[in-house]
Amino acid sequence: MTKMALIVFSGELDKALATFVLATGAAASGWDVTLFFTFWGINIVRSENKCALEKKDVMSKMFGAMMPKGCESLPLSNMHMMGLGTSMMKKRMKGKRVKSLKEMIADAKELGVKFLVCDMSMDVMGLQKEEFIDEVDEIVGVGTYLKEAKDAQVTLFI
Amino acid sequence: MADEVLDVTGLTCPGPLVESKKKIKRMEAGTTLEIRGTHAPSKKEVPEMLADQGHEILSVTQEGDVWVVTVRKA
Repeated sequence: MTKMALIVFSGELDKALATFVLATGAAASGWDVTLFFTFWGINIVRSENKCALEKKDVMSKMFGAMMPKGCESLPLSNMHMMGLGTSMMKKRMKGKRVKSLKEMIADAKELGVKFLVCDMSMDVMGLQKEEFIDEVDEIVGVGTYLKEAKDAQVTLFI
Repeated sequence: MADEVLDVTGLTCPGPLVESKKKIKRMEAGTTLEIRGTHAPSKKEVPEMLADQGHEILSVTQEGDVWVVTVRKA
């Protein structure tokens, strides 16, 4: 079976959309797809309403407040313009009938895409495993990604 | 006449691929599906994706702006 294993490092809307167009397209084509969310990328799968279970230190709270809370609050990597550019882009994409990132995440899950979150990034950013969306399958180390990537024909760093 | 019809007209990339896969996944083996869409590259890509997964492409036609792919689920 053809396999794709992507490293999702960036936490911007445009790059997240590129990730999920590839992931859902490949999964629809019958490929085995794994997404490894690391560094800023983990904010894509951060839940907008779930809370941490354990008490956070000051730095973790600061990180938590400054980073986007989930797929609907990501900025564009270009032309964000304090949010104006991003909301214009979302409106335009809706008009052109491109699915929203949230819909693509649901499609990806339905088609069997695996969602892995980097344990080290989670720790550095001060997030806890309870703060991610239900689509996340597992919190893992780089070894798990490498095991998936070893026999993947397509690997990309986004 | 196909057993089921899927309308993906107006949807752009990767909508037609994803919706076709989601639909055929839920169908019984041997039944037929008619997919209607307007996203131009998908006229080629949807039947390729389905054939690649073992389904039988019965026809690919064009009706004005709309392409029609008929497939039998393997």
